[in-house]
Amino acid sequence: MEYLYFIQQLINGITLGSIYGLIAIGYTMVFGIIGMVNFSHGDIFMVSAFIALIVFLVVTTWLGIASVFIAVLLMLIISMALAGLWNWAIEKVAYRPLRGSFRLAPLISAIGVSLILSNFVQVAQGPRNKPVPPLFNDTIQLATWDGFTAVLAYKQIAIVLITAILLAGFWYIVQKTPLGRAQRACEQDRKMAALLGIDVDRTISATFVMGAALAAVAGTMYVMYYGVISYQDGFIPGIKAFTAAVLGGIGSLPGAVLGGLLIGLIETFFSGYFSLAYKDVAAFSILVVVLIFMPQGILGRPEVEKV
Amino acid sequence: MAERRNIVLGAAAVAIVSLGMFGPLIGLKTEQNMANELVLLFRPWHMLAAIFGAVAIYVIVTSLKAANEGRVRAVAVKTEKSRFQKWLAPGGLGALFLYPLFIALFVGVSGIPKWVDNFGILILIYVMLGWGLNIVVGLAGLLDLGYVAFYAIGSYSYALLSLHFGWSFWICLPVAGILAALWGVILGFPVLRLRGDYLAIVTLAFGEIIYLIAKNWKNFTGGGAGISAPRITFFGIKFDASENGFAAWVSWVMTSISETFGGPAITLAHAPWYRTVFLYYIIVLLALLTAYVTLRLRRLPVGRAWEALREDEIACRSLGLNTTNTKLTAFACGAMFGGLAGAFFGARQGFVDPEGFKFIESAIILAIVVLGGMGSLIGVAMAAVAMQGGTEILRELGFLKQVFGDDFQPELYRMLIFGGAMVIIMLWKPRGFVSVRQPTAFLNERKAIGLENVKEGHG
Repeated sequence: MEYLYFIQQLINGITLGSIYGLIAIGYTMVFGIIGMVNFSHGDIFMVSAFIALIVFLVVTTWLGIASVFIAVLLMLIISMALAGLWNWAIEKVAYRPLRGSFRLAPLISAIGVSLILSNFVQVAQGPRNKPVPPLFNDTIQLATWDGFTAVLAYKQIAIVLITAILLAGFWYIVQKTPLGRAQRACEQDRKMAALLGIDVDRTISATFVMGAALAAVAGTMYVMYYGVISYQDGFIPGIKAFTAAVLGGIGSLPGAVLGGLLIGLIETFFSGYFSLAYKDVAAFSILVVVLIFMPQGILGRPEVEKV
Repeated sequence: MAERRNIVLGAAAVAIVSLGMFGPLIGLKTEQNMANELVLLFRPWHMLAAIFGAVAIYVIVTSLKAANEGRVRAVAVKTEKSRFQKWLAPGGLGALFLYPLFIALFVGVSGIPKWVDNFGILILIYVMLGWGLNIVVGLAGLLDLGYVAFYAIGSYSYALLSLHFGWSFWICLPVAGILAALWGVILGFPVLRLRGDYLAIVTLAFGEIIYLIAKNWKNFTGGGAGISAPRITFFGIKFDASENGFAAWVSWVMTSISETFGGPAITLAHAPWYRTVFLYYIIVLLALLTAYVTLRLRRLPVGRAWEALREDEIACRSLGLNTTNTKLTAFACGAMFGGLAGAFFGARQGFVDPEGFKFIESAIILAIVVLGGMGSLIGVAMAAVAMQGGTEILRELGFLKQVFGDDFQPELYRMLIFGGAMVIIMLWKPRGFVSVRQPTAFLNERKAIGLENVKEGHG
């Protein structure tokens, strides 16, 4: 029983961790390239979850498509595209003019954007929780002991698989394509990259679009997994994903995924074994402790202060 | 001609982008039907209005930019204050003290709960919080996203100390301030080595931890249901209709004085607004204390160190300034005023619950400081009035329902407007509306410098 419970928490933790990891990549990439904490990223995640929900309703109730596979595929593609569009527009309007302004200006602007996004969704979609009809509820029963059954849901497999596939694709983009090379160059030295003919503005835009697209994947998964979304749901997952990014070493892509998995596991084990009410306290405490004692994270490089 | 063509092309692009952005989120509203299923509601007019708005904003902004291009801005160096500026502070103070009298005369005693309590006291709490946070953000340049935690600590200190030890408000007030400052030091000590944005996130996490503890530690804080705090007394005399109440006490004093001179007995009937007015004057004094301390501290070495730190941390360190201690004092000072405001809030409500201490409150206070101009006391006060007064005005805009339909709730747009204002201020005037710095050390004469002329270091 103890051992099965552990397995169950492990499965749930990895699923949750995949979602956090996907959001964390957006934080880590933006931080790596322009050194800014993109405070509104959690709200982009929430907006994308709403888009996925709306696409789902259009597909199932208006178009009458019954295939779950097609529905999920459409949800993913459209919410990735539209969330990318949102983040692209936000970067262009609210962050780009602030490059070179004083230090805290982009962060304050991002807090403003975060307030705008969550309240925009509240006004446009209403303040209530939006329950989604469950998508696929089939499960595999792993083992039963003492009346406790460890269960692996198909949607959990789907979440982990989709995360893995998208991460692989994303890894390919960053490592092997000209765009990825441009991103890595900008991360090291923006001025030098510009001198060598890289369009820095476009590269940064692309980074924001990619981060938002991955957040949209996470948003779609979140709607599928939890079956409910509200306009407030961007804040806490956003902070946890930021914690994940910091824990893994901000600026490092594998670090973000690793941090996401760790945060997901810590959260599920903490709520499974200690206290459900304090699970967010645990996550925030990790954030504080990591930032104070190892601000470079697990896989990050120590930061050198330049004058 | 080419310019006009560009604007038209740009407007078309904006229309397409905003169709993608607003199409699903505004055009298709998810609603629950009677069977609790989500259904979609197609709202083409809302969507078109949003797209039209985006295009209109784009056209206006680009034409304004084009019109302003090539103009050289005059550099203004003002040496003398205008008459308006000279009279602003004393006039404002006078108005502040006469405000309840004014309301009682022109609106009547029945207007006091609304205009003095909801309006005056609430605005002044935000003014005080804004001024407190201004020490941390505006003077020392440390972005604190969890300021409401100190406000919460102050409130709970007052409620718990008076509940368990029976201490009065006047003992609890300084204790709450000290406790909040202590927490500021405890939190600040390990954290203040961090860079600016990391510090912001850690303070945010701290604020959330305090909120979650207040919500979940039911034995200590009463959990989500909250705990009651004793209402404020007039230095021990309760505001009630009893024989020992405030009205009876005033009647006794007045009668004694009057009888000494052979006059008639004077009786004062009990009314609930005595407490409101008393509370109003307390928060006025507390807020003025905050302002006074801020103004004095700016002239002390520590205040100058704060401002130097805000401008360039590395330069400060190389000049031998102990940056940790400097930051810590700023943090503790700001926290203390947050704690004082919190204790006052507890005494005003007669009740403390965690819902008032969410992140959104920190964001509102930060928005007030940012909009008012970091470092400017008058600007912060004006932003607090605009913020709170604006909310009230939005509530009064009932006639808009006739234009937009019955489910239009103007007060929902409050945070949308303030989020937008934060972004616009950052884009347009990154140092806030009242962006003038008054140097505290000067040669021969004081010159106010417009902030557009001050280059900023990166700390």
